[in-house]
Amino acid sequence: MRLRSWLALLAAMALVAGACGDDSVSAPEGFQIGIVAPSATNDLAFTQSIVDAANVLAGDPEILISDGLFNIDDAGSAIRGYAADGVDLVIAHGSQYGGPLQEIAQDFPDTAFAWGTTNDTFGLSNVYAYEAASDEGGYVMGVMAAALTETNNIGIVGPIETGDAKLYVDGFEAGALSGGANVSKVYTGSFSDVALAKQAAEAFASQDVDVMSGTAQMVVGAVGVADTEGILWFGTQSNQAELGDIVVASQVYKWEVVLEDILSNIQDGVLGGQSYEINFENDGIVLEYNDAYDLPGDVESLAEETIDGIKDGSISTG
Amino acid sequence: MSEFFTEAVLIATIASGIRFGVPLLLAGLGEAYGQRSGVLNLGVDGVMLLGAFGGYYTVLKSDNVWLGIAVGLAIGLVLGVISAFITVTLKAEQGISGIGIFLFGLGMSDLLFQRLVGTPRPIDTFPRLEIPLLRDIPWIGEMLFRQNVVVYLAFLAIPLSMFVVNRTTFGMKIRAVGENPEAADSLGVSVAKVRYGTMLIGGTLAGVAGAALAIDLGIFQQNITNAQGFIAIALVYFGAWRPFGVMLGALLYGFVNATVIQWKTLGIIPDSWSDIAAMAPAVITILALVVVATRFRAPSALTKPFERGE
Repeated sequence: MRLRSWLALLAAMALVAGACGDDSVSAPEGFQIGIVAPSATNDLAFTQSIVDAANVLAGDPEILISDGLFNIDDAGSAIRGYAADGVDLVIAHGSQYGGPLQEIAQDFPDTAFAWGTTNDTFGLSNVYAYEAASDEGGYVMGVMAAALTETNNIGIVGPIETGDAKLYVDGFEAGALSGGANVSKVYTGSFSDVALAKQAAEAFASQDVDVMSGTAQMVVGAVGVADTEGILWFGTQSNQAELGDIVVASQVYKWEVVLEDILSNIQDGVLGGQSYEINFENDGIVLEYNDAYDLPGDVESLAEETIDGIKDGSISTG
Repeated sequence: MSEFFTEAVLIATIASGIRFGVPLLLAGLGEAYGQRSGVLNLGVDGVMLLGAFGGYYTVLKSDNVWLGIAVGLAIGLVLGVISAFITVTLKAEQGISGIGIFLFGLGMSDLLFQRLVGTPRPIDTFPRLEIPLLRDIPWIGEMLFRQNVVVYLAFLAIPLSMFVVNRTTFGMKIRAVGENPEAADSLGVSVAKVRYGTMLIGGTLAGVAGAALAIDLGIFQQNITNAQGFIAIALVYFGAWRPFGVMLGALLYGFVNATVIQWKTLGIIPDSWSDIAAMAPAVITILALVVVATRFRAPSALTKPFERGE
């Protein structure tokens, strides 16, 4: 009887300890993640966000990366190569990769794939989809931009009017408009043309714009103009603080929220069939301020209030 | 539309168009030398990319923009020698070897960037050089005489090139080799030496164009030229193989780009037309090319390797 009591007590303690412990999922030994992405791993934007997320996963999974694959055929070859090599999770990080991914995923039913940014799993049981509510961070930073502008003119530089970029630009515009600012936006027509992004920023500078934002890899061209002209900048996808002290804040994607869940599912034998969204509510999106910029306290408070409003549903970003 | 015709916006548009056109102008001028001597170099964009990385990295490490330009020039010179060796000495098919140089530059510049730098880090850009007295001319002063030094140097290269091509012995040899290499050879002109010379000039100018682009942008990124080298080649045809024509093409391309962007930011071009408008510079250039093609003739020996005794 006494032995049973001790065993029961030990079991209860084990349960409590398990409940109180770190609940992050750890990758099993030898787990491999293959990432196929369009731009460089350190682009301070889209590709870097997924690489950073994979690198913080517990258990030190082996991260294999094929970056700089703007060419969809090349990306398809890389995706197929990872699947054929037995990589446990193949991430096709680019909505443009949907065509080849749909075909390859059917050829490798025992391999888990993840595809973003989208919510479409093609109805396949081995494909996860993920996307970001980039309009949420865009909206908050738009509100901040309206509070910081002195000329009341704000400019936004986007690549192509689609997907994550459009969502962000629309969110930023809505936030800035809610603060009473004049907003101009431009889509350059290219994700990679840095010189064109620079021209767009120069155009904004000539129109007395004193706060700008933009999304995609080519915005470094616009940030250069902002730096020269003393125009404030808001970043997205990754923390862009190292681009200078004109960067006020950045919306940062924490894809690890998605990857941890996918990792857990794979270990439970579920290879796909679900879609995810990161947002403020699930901490998949966070706002990171640039320490080098002296942000007024009232603007920071306004940002935090707006985030709370988005979380509780009292503020709509649309 | 009235917002576009304000002083600040018009000046900014034209000044931006000029700056945008400078790398095209430099690379196009260099390519014009080669084509006038009968050598087509499709590798311009690759040379620009390596020049851009070399210039960027040098400025990143030294904070000296002129050293960056010098390194871009040196890289262009080396690649010019390699291109010349492949096309002139080895007599390789010019189009294919040019694509090879381009792919090499595209891959190597990205590899070096990833290995040596990683995350895009801003660098110093060119200081603005305001020309005394001229800078104070209403409108014109701000458009033309408050640019960086490379802009002035690029435009000085136009009359210099016109002089070299039309008024010097070397220029005469270039034209002779490009039109009839056999006749030039029979008169004692070394076709190989002339073509090596033009390829070195072309490579050097492409390297400088790339370095100038990266330093002007203050950043480097994978494929930063975004095919400007290929546009420069098209502008040589647009400019009818003449330095002044190349300049007109580069300026037209720059102005159309700057105007389209300015119109988009002002809402003159609605969002729904945005992607169509982005094609405007290329469409206008192609239309102009069609017109030029009917009026001017390419150098007769263009793309043809020279074989003595043929």
